[in-house]
Formats: sequence, structure tokens, C-alpha cells
Amino acid sequence: MGKISDQSKLAEGLDPTLPPPAVEDSVREAEESRWTPAKIGLWIAISLLGAVAWFMLALVRGETVNAIWFVFAAVCTYLIGYRFYSKVIERYLLKPDDRRATPAEYKADGKDYVRTDRNVLFGHHFAAIAGAGPLVGPVIAAQMGYLPGTIWIIIGVVLAGAVQDYLVMFFSMRRGGRSLGQMAREELGVIGGTAALVATLLIMIIIVAILALVVVNALGESPWGVFSVGMTIPIALFMGVYLRFIRPGKVMEVSIIGFVLLMAAIIGGGAVAGTEWGAAFFHLDKVTIAWGIIIYGFIAAILPVWLLLAPRDYLSTFMKIGVIVMLALAIIVVRPEITVPAFSEFAGRENGPVFSGALFPFLFVTIACGALSGFHALISSGTTPKLIEKERQTRFIGYGGMLMESFVAIMALVAAISIDRGIYFAMNAPLALTGGTVESAAQWVNSLGLANVNITPDVLEQTAKDVGEESIISRSGGAPTLAVGLAHIMQQFIGGPGMMAFWYHFAIMFEALFILTAVDAGTRVARFMLQDSIGNFIPKFKEASWRPGAWLCTAIMVAAWGAVLIMGVTDPLGGINTLFPLFGIANQLLAAIALAVCLAITAKRGVFKWLWIVAVPLAFAAVVTITASFHKIFSPVPAVGYFANNQAFSKALADGKTEFGTAKTVAAMEAVVRNTMIQGVLSVIFVTLSIIVIVAALLATIKAIRAGGGQDNEDPPVPSKVYAPAGLFPTTAEKKLLAEWNALPVEKRTQKAGHH
Amino acid sequence: MNTVVRGLRGFATYMGSLMGADAYRKYLEHFEATGHSGPAMTEREFWRDRMDRQDSNPQGRCC
Repeated sequence: MGKISDQSKLAEGLDPTLPPPAVEDSVREAEESRWTPAKIGLWIAISLLGAVAWFMLALVRGETVNAIWFVFAAVCTYLIGYRFYSKVIERYLLKPDDRRATPAEYKADGKDYVRTDRNVLFGHHFAAIAGAGPLVGPVIAAQMGYLPGTIWIIIGVVLAGAVQDYLVMFFSMRRGGRSLGQMAREELGVIGGTAALVATLLIMIIIVAILALVVVNALGESPWGVFSVGMTIPIALFMGVYLRFIRPGKVMEVSIIGFVLLMAAIIGGGAVAGTEWGAAFFHLDKVTIAWGIIIYGFIAAILPVWLLLAPRDYLSTFMKIGVIVMLALAIIVVRPEITVPAFSEFAGRENGPVFSGALFPFLFVTIACGALSGFHALISSGTTPKLIEKERQTRFIGYGGMLMESFVAIMALVAAISIDRGIYFAMNAPLALTGGTVESAAQWVNSLGLANVNITPDVLEQTAKDVGEESIISRSGGAPTLAVGLAHIMQQFIGGPGMMAFWYHFAIMFEALFILTAVDAGTRVARFMLQDSIGNFIPKFKEASWRPGAWLCTAIMVAAWGAVLIMGVTDPLGGINTLFPLFGIANQLLAAIALAVCLAITAKRGVFKWLWIVAVPLAFAAVVTITASFHKIFSPVPAVGYFANNQAFSKALADGKTEFGTAKTVAAMEAVVRNTMIQGVLSVIFVTLSIIVIVAALLATIKAIRAGGGQDNEDPPVPSKVYAPAGLFPTTAEKKLLAEWNALPVEKRTQKAGHH
Repeated sequence: MNTVVRGLRGFATYMGSLMGADAYRKYLEHFEATGHSGPAMTEREFWRDRMDRQDSNPQGRCC
């Protein structure tokens, strides 16, 4: 494979007039394996604190548990995983070499390929991967108690999610920033590659649809929410025009203006919703909002990026960093007491009201983002690898960035479980169960027989009033619950009870902002994928600037996710309850696909001894998602199996019944028959495509093991002429080398590539 | 007091680069380092070009 000649060529190609572009291997290894007493003490302290925190969460069964233990358990486990496990991956599996130039260096163009400071890129990458997913999944999973979700989020990210992000980022970087789809085609051949592409496209449609469903559920019958989220559109348009024509490039300035306007929109929303005309005009039912989002999605995806997408992206990034820092501070300062049990009554059952299905496998698909998210593979390949300065930084950015997202998921979980369990179930169960009024909801919640839950209609009424809503009954989808939890914590931190309504709508606003950005960007990416695929048969479609083609493909994509969205909104069984598992399954099937590609690449690199690092999360993701899919397809329990439900309702219709289960009319029953059939067929397609990809990857892996390695599709190595440290804090050796570089005259320090 | 101001300024700079506010400066640096024949794009042209390239090269945002 020419590895050795590559290495020596690399060494020969280094510029002798410059300091070395990497810390000498022997120096680095000596530094890494030197354990001073202070260092040993520090890691013992971290381990002890983590152990105590896990002990408090998992084994001590008091009345309550303090939220601070969630923070300690998470942070200590992340630190250990980062310092030790990701180091193992780096040293034995990936073997980054700082003497090699990254695409940002050897392809530098000042636009897409730009060397970016590692700390900036960390934030950038984090803002690109974190969205509404880690905020919503853990809330829904809280049905089973706090412990299963907590364990999966923290352990899952260390062994699976962060590993996937890190590997995909590294392999993409070695390939000039190629996308996951391109890598799949290269490594797995035409069949595996095509299956991966089709699966990615379908999965994106499902993900966009269900994210949109979360927004619809949060805004339905909420004049305040509709007004303030609606205002983000004119605000973004204004920002877009400002940046384009008034003051180009003043990104920070316009973001601050946008932020101020956004706050004004939230406060103004309360005033508008308080007036009679405002309440009447912005009081929209879910179906209307769903159509609004579909029409908006189409227009937003065909408008130029500068007008709507880019400014909203700035706003969304600004809010994301701000909200997360604020929430972390609030949880540490307020330290709420959690009364939710470690395992709830629903942990051992498969008919929970919030999401249906048994703990294994459905908890592991309900929390996708935050523990293992396949969608990240699309971000980790492509955008970020083109900006990385040095190879060794991928550990910090890829693995570390995902740990950060996991921490967001933990905070969302804490916020959701800090509210009363009675309120939680009243908010998250479908309308068909709660009945929609405070009296019927309270009665239903109390009839569940949950320990320490005894809710009165007054409490539900009062909570709705506190957050400035008419009702909080059956506001499923996770976002409203998180918003109540966040408002509950934040008002203790800033503003007091009078501020609860503001914080609630602040939370709804930022979730909607993240989701609308994801919907818009997702539609665009999917449209390009479709155009590219059709372009293989009708070449004209490959031209991105050909309007009819672009509009047609956008319309097809919007129609696809729009159909799923309308289906979810009108579903008599409660759309989130049945569709959210499909979202998680789709996301993790994508993770399985990404890990399968990584497995094949790793085997072709010839490092068989450490193949388990990829094989373990792949096996877990594959088992979880394929089992979950099989449950959804073959389970005889109507609440779990799509086809079982389909048959039950078909039979009821055939028997001439006019109502069945939660469907109260014949039309509703027909809707259930239609929806379950579509959902079932989608499950079958997803799982089939994923199995094809996994099998193709396994075949490629076995072939590589037999041959002792395989074809290396990396770009040829180019000697690097720049240096930067690998992690957040430079080590002594790194500082020394950095000082050598900094001592150079400025014009020698910046790399001069003569390729233009 | 000085350290507070410095800290805040550092944070503002960080947020700025995070959102890509320094993209033009980096473009100029690259441009000067590589020595093109024609003149560099003006700030206005650069931002126009940057946004317009995103139209045909969309970047996903995660869930």
C-alpha cells in the first residue's frame, strides 16, 4: 500500500527552513505517558467524583435526587472517556499525523477550505450538530424514569456517538472533505453506495417531517407562540437585506440587532396574545400551522440563501450558544431536586402513553441525538473537515464536540424531569387519552396509579396560566415540556415567577428557530441529492442553477415530508406517539450506515486488532434499530406494530364499527389504516436498505481482513507547513514548538501554497 | 477591571469568528499569501459571492 514510501516522502518533503509541523513522536509519547503525582491525583479525584455521582443516581433510592449529580456524572464520565478512550482510538486506530497537511492547507482557497482556529471550529461544529434533537428526545424518554435515559446518553456518547463523529470526520478529512455518500460509494461499491444514498435521502425526509411536527405541536392553539415564532421570518428577512445591501459582512452587529428584535417579538407576543384580536387572529389549529410550515418550507428552500437561511442561521447559532451556557449556569446555580423515580412504572411495559414500545429497544431509538446520531455523519463529513487546521485536532473537534451535545441532552433531561410527573404525563399523552380538559386530564393521570402522583385540575390550570398559555394538556412533542421545565428553572435563576411566561416562550422560540433552520437546510440538501440522482438519467437536472429542475425537486421533497407531517398532525393515535420511534430508528439506521462505512475503511487500513472500536457501536446500533424495526413491522401488539394496528382497524371497519380505540369516527379509523400502512412500508424500506449497506460493509471488511488490507482511497499525503496544538490546552512540548513558529517572521508563518 | 474588559473582548472576538464574521479578513490573508494576478474582491463582493455559493452548495443543519 505504499505506506512506508509515503511516510519517507512526507519526511523528505518537509520545508527545512521551517520548524517541524508536528511535535516529535517520541517527545509526544513520552509526554503522554509521563504521570506526575499531580496528574494522577487529578484523575483520581475526577474518577471518585464521577463514581459518587453515579452512585447517587443509580443506587441511592431517596425521595429525591439533586440535579447537580447529573452534571457531575456526565462531566466526569466525559472527561474520562475523552482522556482515555478517545486517546486509544487516536493512537491505535486513526494514527493522525501532523506532518501531513489537512485539506484546509493543501486545498486552501480562502472560502470553503480555510484553516480555522481549533477552538472556533469546535464551536462551529458544535453549532452545526446540535439542534432540537437532543432537546426533545430525552424529554420523551423520561416516561421510563430518569436512569435508563441518563445511562444511555452518557455511556452511549462515549462508546458510540462520539466515536462515530470522530471517525467520520477523520476519514472525510483524509479524503479532502468528501461526503458520507461519496465515501460509501467508494468503499462499498455501487450497490452498497446506492443503498446508502437512497436511505440517506429517505431518512432526511422523515427527520425533517418529524422535527416539523414538533414545532406544529408546540405552536398549535398558542397565539403567543405563533406570533413570536412568526416574527422570526420578517426579522430574518430584515437581517438578510441589512447584510446584503446596508452593511455587508457585519455579522456580529446584525446578529445582535436580530437578537434584540427577537426578544422584542417574545415580549410583544405576550401583549398581542393578550388582546382580543391577537388571540383570535393567531389562534391557529395544528392542521393550519402544518400547512403554513409546508408552504413556508417550499418558499424558504427556493429563496436565495442570503435572504432567509443565512441570517436565520446566524440568529440560531447566537441563540444556541447563549441558551446552552445560560441553562448550564442555571442548573448549577438552582440545583433543582428531582422527584421522578429512577425507573418509572412504564419502564417494564410497552404501552406507555408518551411513546409506545418496550425499554429495549425503544428507549435507545427515542434518544438518538445526544447519544448516537447518524445525522452528524453528514455534518462531520463535508463541511467541518474542510476547515480543520491539523490532523490531531479531529479528536478535540469530532469526539469533544459530540460530548458537548450529549451534555445538552443531559441538561434537557434534567429540565424535563424537574417538573411534576403529573404535569409531565398530562402534557405528553395524546389528546385521545387526556380528553383535553384539565378535569379529564387530571382524572386520567391519577388513574394511571403512578407513585406520588396526585394532580388536581387547579395545578394544571395554574401551570398553563403561569406560562401564558390557554392550556398545557396534550402538548406532546417534547418541546413544550422542556419549555415548562426550563421556565421553572430559569425563573428561580432570573426574574422570579412573573418571568415564567417569558422563559416558556423564549424556549419555544429557540426550539422553533433551530427546527425551522434544520427544515429549510434539510430540504435544500435533499433537493440537491435528488437533483444529482435524477441527473444521472437526465443530465440537465445536475445543473443547480436550472430553475425548473430546482423547483420541481424542491416541490417533490417538500411534498414528501409535508405528507408525513400532515399524517402525523391528523393521526388519531397522536402523531408523536407513533412517529417519534420512526424518527429515532431513521436517525440510528443512518448511524449504522456511517459506522459500517467506517468499519470497511478501518479494515482496509489494516488495523484489525482495534476493529472492535467500530464494530461494537455498529453491532449495538444495528441490533437496536433492526430489532426496533422488526417490532414495528412484526409485533402482534397493535400499540407497537404498524401492521398489527392496521389489521385491527381494517377488521373493525370491515365489521361495520363506527368507532374503535381512540378513533371516534369512521374517517379517523380510515386515517389510522392509511397511516399505519405508510409507516409500516417506510419501516420496511429503511431496514432493508440499511441491511444492504451493513452487509456490503461486512463483505468489504471480510475481504480486507483476508487480504491483509485493502485499497486506500485517501488523498496522497502533502507535507504540512503550518503548526497548531491539538487540544484546548497546549501541552509543554506543544507550547515550545508553537513558540518556535511564533518566532518566525509573519510572512513565513502563513503557508504559501503556489497552486493558483 | 482591565481583565474583565479583556475577557469580554476576547469572548466577543470568539463569537465573531464562530459566526464567521472574520471570513473576509481570512480571505484577504489567503489572497495576499498566494499572490493572485487580479485584484482581490471587495468586502461587498466577497459576501455576495459567499452567500451565492451557498445557494448551489447547501450545508445541512442537524436535528
